[in-house]
Amino acid sequence: MVVNKNKSSKPVIEIKEMHKWFGNFHVLKNISLGVNQGERIVICGPSGSGKSTLIRCMNRLEVHQQGDIIVNNVELTGDLKNLEVIRSDVGMVFQSFNLFPHLTVLENCTLAPIWVKKLPKKEAEELAMELLTRVKIPEQALKYPGQLSGGQQQRVAIARSLCMQPKIMLFDEPTSALDPEMIKEVLDTMIELAETGMTMLVVTHEMGFAKKVADSVIFMDEGEIIEQNDPKNFFNNPKNDRTKLFLSQILNH
Amino acid sequence: MSEKTYKPGNYPDLPPPPGTVGVYGWIRKNLFSSISNSLLTILSVVLLYYLIDGIIGWFFFDAVFDADSKIACRKIDDGACWAVITRRVGQFVYGFYPEAERWRIDITFLTMFVAFAPLLYPDIPKRKWLLYFSVFYPFFAFVLIMGGYFGLQKIEYSLFGGFMLTVILGVCGIVCSLPLGILLALGRQSNLTVVRTLSVCFIEFMRGVPLITLLFVASSMLNYFLPPGTNFSILVRVIIMFTFFSAAYIAEVIRGGIQAIPKGQYEAADALGMNYWQKTRFITLPQALKISIPGIVNTFIGLYKDTTLVVVIGLLDPLGIGRAALADTKWNGLSTETYLFVALFFFVSCFAMSRYSLWLENKLNTDKK
Repeated sequence: MVVNKNKSSKPVIEIKEMHKWFGNFHVLKNISLGVNQGERIVICGPSGSGKSTLIRCMNRLEVHQQGDIIVNNVELTGDLKNLEVIRSDVGMVFQSFNLFPHLTVLENCTLAPIWVKKLPKKEAEELAMELLTRVKIPEQALKYPGQLSGGQQQRVAIARSLCMQPKIMLFDEPTSALDPEMIKEVLDTMIELAETGMTMLVVTHEMGFAKKVADSVIFMDEGEIIEQNDPKNFFNNPKNDRTKLFLSQILNH
Repeated sequence: MSEKTYKPGNYPDLPPPPGTVGVYGWIRKNLFSSISNSLLTILSVVLLYYLIDGIIGWFFFDAVFDADSKIACRKIDDGACWAVITRRVGQFVYGFYPEAERWRIDITFLTMFVAFAPLLYPDIPKRKWLLYFSVFYPFFAFVLIMGGYFGLQKIEYSLFGGFMLTVILGVCGIVCSLPLGILLALGRQSNLTVVRTLSVCFIEFMRGVPLITLLFVASSMLNYFLPPGTNFSILVRVIIMFTFFSAAYIAEVIRGGIQAIPKGQYEAADALGMNYWQKTRFITLPQALKISIPGIVNTFIGLYKDTTLVVVIGLLDPLGIGRAALADTKWNGLSTETYLFVALFFFVSCFAMSRYSLWLENKLNTDKK
């Protein structure tokens, strides 16, 4: 396990009694959660449990109807000015990569820094190349996403988010759409990112990653946080019956 | 035949069996795959030979290219009588534009390619400088064609006609309707109710009315709808109608393209902090337009050919000029030659647009480079 020296007690995300509905369907129920700077949290749970929706609420890709979400001391409301500030501080990596297919890898990485952060083009390109080197694909910079493998695309997506120099990174099942051979390269990239002290919230079923990197593991079911604990206790002594059942299903096959 | 054996993992890449690839393979697979297929191939070749022989004879070898009248033509040979075209080619191209001033049209036409080059070919050298010319070109063309400035003789629009009129209407309609169509497509997808409703109304009205009705409105009624004191020439009014009409179609084509973009693209752009206009400019439109190229060009080709409808409001497009030629007793009855010539002109223009769109689609295809 990587020892987290970067974790501090300064909260960067605070969620208080937050609820969300899709129409009449109550997807998130009374969620309260604090994330400190440098903390790495893994969220797991059966499909439909609301874990993706939860992290999508943190940069307002989904709108919550009740309760508060405070990111970097800014409350998430309908105010567009606040929203753009928060979004450029919070990076997100998606299950389906969502790279822009009409732009090269390099352009994917520099688009938002140039236009949202108003970085000069040359600086943005230098930064992008540095980050593409960090995710180990600088040689693909001038190719289009369609020419890369899934694992490479996901690493580009990580680099693209990092180009905005975010304070927090959200990962929404980053390895679920990948072949087994490619999962490792993406997880390795994420582990290296964790070692730099990035605050990370990761929705994943990769329990090996959780054991190795997470400071805390959250188990969600039917829109509720059922259990939250450090990985050692979470995996060895789960308290809740549903957690036990879930762990037995995903660990013993 | 004995199969050679290899150790596992050492099987080499072998060439395909002979006769399945290359020219020979293609011919065998497509033309002579079975006995009936071979018979059909031979039959078609024989048929084509007789057909083409007759057609080429009529078009070229037995045709007359210069004569004083149809009767004079027939005395020389029994093929096509192209004299009706060659004797009146000036009218077909320039309408009734004064002969001494026709160089103005020639220059405008030739410089049009220079103005379009940087828009159509993004990789062209010195593109930035050429783009300045493209921006300046509409004024340049207007002054040169209409005259009245810089000592150029003013030409009445009623003298316009022929292919020149088609190109003016077509190019103006195409150039104006694309941006308008994009705005309408975005408007239709907008979250602002007023903008959306207005866009929907405009699109549905324009699509729901026959173009010919709009042209009659343009020729007779448009001045009632415009603020008092404005008085556009009929040419401008017709261009406005063509623009509105094809913008409505283009808007719908582009809307289809916008809706084909996966939701994840917007989410990724949102997550990067991009605002609406940044998303539209860098994410939505480049992808939507690329998907919509075939539909957009389809609409352009339709618009270009529909310019012949102006004949109903008294403008002399190539068909009008053709009819005038046929009404001449000297050329009575040469409608085949006349209409074929006009058809050829339209075919060349439209085929060029179609090839360009194929080229562009290929160029923008980033998946298989």
